[in-house]
Amino acid sequence: MDQQKKIITIGGGIAGTEVSSVLSSLGYDVIMLEKSNQTGGKLNNWNHLFPNGRPANEVTGFLRQKIQLQPFRIISNTSVSRVISANGIFALETTAGQQLQANAVIISTGFETFDATRKEEYGYSIYENVITSVDLEEIFKKGKTPLTSRGENPKRIAFIHCVGSRDEKSGHHHCSKVCCITGVKQAIEIAKQLPDAEIFCFYMDLRMFGLSYESLYREAQEKYNIQFIRGRLSEASENQDESLLIKAEDTLSGRPLKMNVDLMVLLVGMIPGKETSGMAALFGLEREPNGFLSVRDLHLNKNRSSLEGVFLAGTCIGPMTVDETLENARAAALDVHQYLQRTKR
Amino acid sequence: MKRQAKTRIWNDYQKLIPDDNFYYLRSCIRQNFFPGSEHAFLQIMKNDLQKNVFDDPNHTTCTGIAYHSDLLPFETLQTVAARQFALMTESGYKNAAVSCVTSFGIYSEVLETWKEFPEEEAKARELLWKATGREFNVPENVSHCSDIIYHFRDQIAAGQKYSLINQHTGKPLKVVEHIGCHYAKMFPGKGIGGAEFSSVLSGMIESWGGEVVDYPERRHCCGFGFRQYLIMGNRGYSVSNSRKKFESMEPYRPDAIICNCPGCAMFLDKWQYVIGEMEGKTYGPGREGIPVLTYEELAGLMLGYDPWDLGLQVHQVDCEPLLQKIGVQYDPSMKFKGLNGKNLGKPVLPACFKAAELEVIPG
Repeated sequence: MDQQKKIITIGGGIAGTEVSSVLSSLGYDVIMLEKSNQTGGKLNNWNHLFPNGRPANEVTGFLRQKIQLQPFRIISNTSVSRVISANGIFALETTAGQQLQANAVIISTGFETFDATRKEEYGYSIYENVITSVDLEEIFKKGKTPLTSRGENPKRIAFIHCVGSRDEKSGHHHCSKVCCITGVKQAIEIAKQLPDAEIFCFYMDLRMFGLSYESLYREAQEKYNIQFIRGRLSEASENQDESLLIKAEDTLSGRPLKMNVDLMVLLVGMIPGKETSGMAALFGLEREPNGFLSVRDLHLNKNRSSLEGVFLAGTCIGPMTVDETLENARAAALDVHQYLQRTKR
Repeated sequence: MKRQAKTRIWNDYQKLIPDDNFYYLRSCIRQNFFPGSEHAFLQIMKNDLQKNVFDDPNHTTCTGIAYHSDLLPFETLQTVAARQFALMTESGYKNAAVSCVTSFGIYSEVLETWKEFPEEEAKARELLWKATGREFNVPENVSHCSDIIYHFRDQIAAGQKYSLINQHTGKPLKVVEHIGCHYAKMFPGKGIGGAEFSSVLSGMIESWGGEVVDYPERRHCCGFGFRQYLIMGNRGYSVSNSRKKFESMEPYRPDAIICNCPGCAMFLDKWQYVIGEMEGKTYGPGREGIPVLTYEELAGLMLGYDPWDLGLQVHQVDCEPLLQKIGVQYDPSMKFKGLNGKNLGKPVLPACFKAAELEVIPG
């Protein structure tokens, strides 16, 4: 193994941590840059994972253990401000002013969740009782039950799917993939906490592609009486008592629908974050129309960017589940390893 | 409801409104429904704000009603719009001030079409040249007149004689704002504050001392809808839409409704009478309705214009209770007098209470 070869991973979420751990275990000199003060990314804010309800901190904890077992250098609160590449060597300057060099760079800057305030008609951050799936997960993580703005148990709750996904108006045509099953998971969690609450999910399609997803969806209906209504919400308004009047079309019955709910949860989609678009600009990488980073070959080279020596891992490529992200990161590690084995520099 | 987030949305939809030199494009129907509004706009602009507005006698209807009723093809529509622009160009104006929300939507649609399909603009230029020998420049700015009043709302507030404060209670009057669909729902970026939380009318209400009523059916259609009211068989649909709004706003006890669209103002005003006749239901206190004003009428009232010069006597819902709340000094005996004291005739049913019950009122 060539100990001299250096790798820089930009982004210390679960993909960045996994790819760095694997490459470190293969004997490379790895430095991981993380913009915040901890590794694990957005998973740190998540309570339970679909489809089996596993605590998210088991996964982040496992990844932290791997760092301890196979240490590599982590520079926190840092990103990249400048890049120069020549003869297969990348010279990076960090936002803290450090000068670093690498034979290969891995971008694992992840995603951001869609800013729900942009769907103005749903009233997020205007109406008191509209929250996002991210907000709800934070409530769960604190061990609390979601309450209305007046501190009462909500009697009727609506989940709105595809907020900022498959949506021409917001400019995001892609499917975020994870929201359908997240909605089912979160609806069941509320049903367990508030068994008397009526829970409705408003969806366009339900894309239950993963192992056990379909059975969880069936369980939501059969065991927890969660009602799924095929119809996209047109608007929400606030009533005098701060409950919400929502309007949709039930496209299965072909009729418009109007109902009052006490709490509305917006299942926000995944979009490429500022960090990802920043790296694309800095390295001159190609991007897809949806803003995620373009891969060299969708089937055969999914971890290579449009630039030689720059690799991609995780959700900077597109929406992924946690398990897909980790698999993708391991594939990226293998690809980097093969690339560095072939290069003589 | 959190105002801070609304303000952030409003800031996302800033629109350039010129400070002066407007070419006025009138509405084809407003002078019938609310005959003082357009005159009030010109008076406010010229006399109170000292602005230059050209009211060209040669311009025509935008033909929007015929277009939206499928009676007139787009080619004709854009050629008529091109003629208006040609008159503007010949007069030396670059800023269109559009009185009607339908017309505002029409001019916006034509101009946006020309941006996307330049061949359509070429076609309009050719048709206009062949028909009239005229040429035109595309306007630099197209603003709805409510945009312009919004733009000058603080100047109007500085000169206001009255404010939207209830003289009996000292509290702000509660005002419902209703935005015409074609103002911002077609092109959200062309409306002040966007489509969902337009601030064009709420900004006026707040600047003039009132409190905006945000009720659940705020965004719902007034019921105007060309295909709904033009076909008699569909008018039940029209009135039921208006009724839905009234039912939704009623618990908030609004003192007035203001609109920026001729159709909305007319139907929200006149359908109150119809609902009173059909169901015996009124939405104001007692037997009163909720007065419906255009934004020019409201601006005129704030500046101390005589309510009868503004044309408030031809409204279906009686505006006098609102005038009394504001504290407007007016002469009730002049309500149905025209120029030089000419008697205009008094309507049999001056307000929106149920006709059957009116018959038993002595006198």
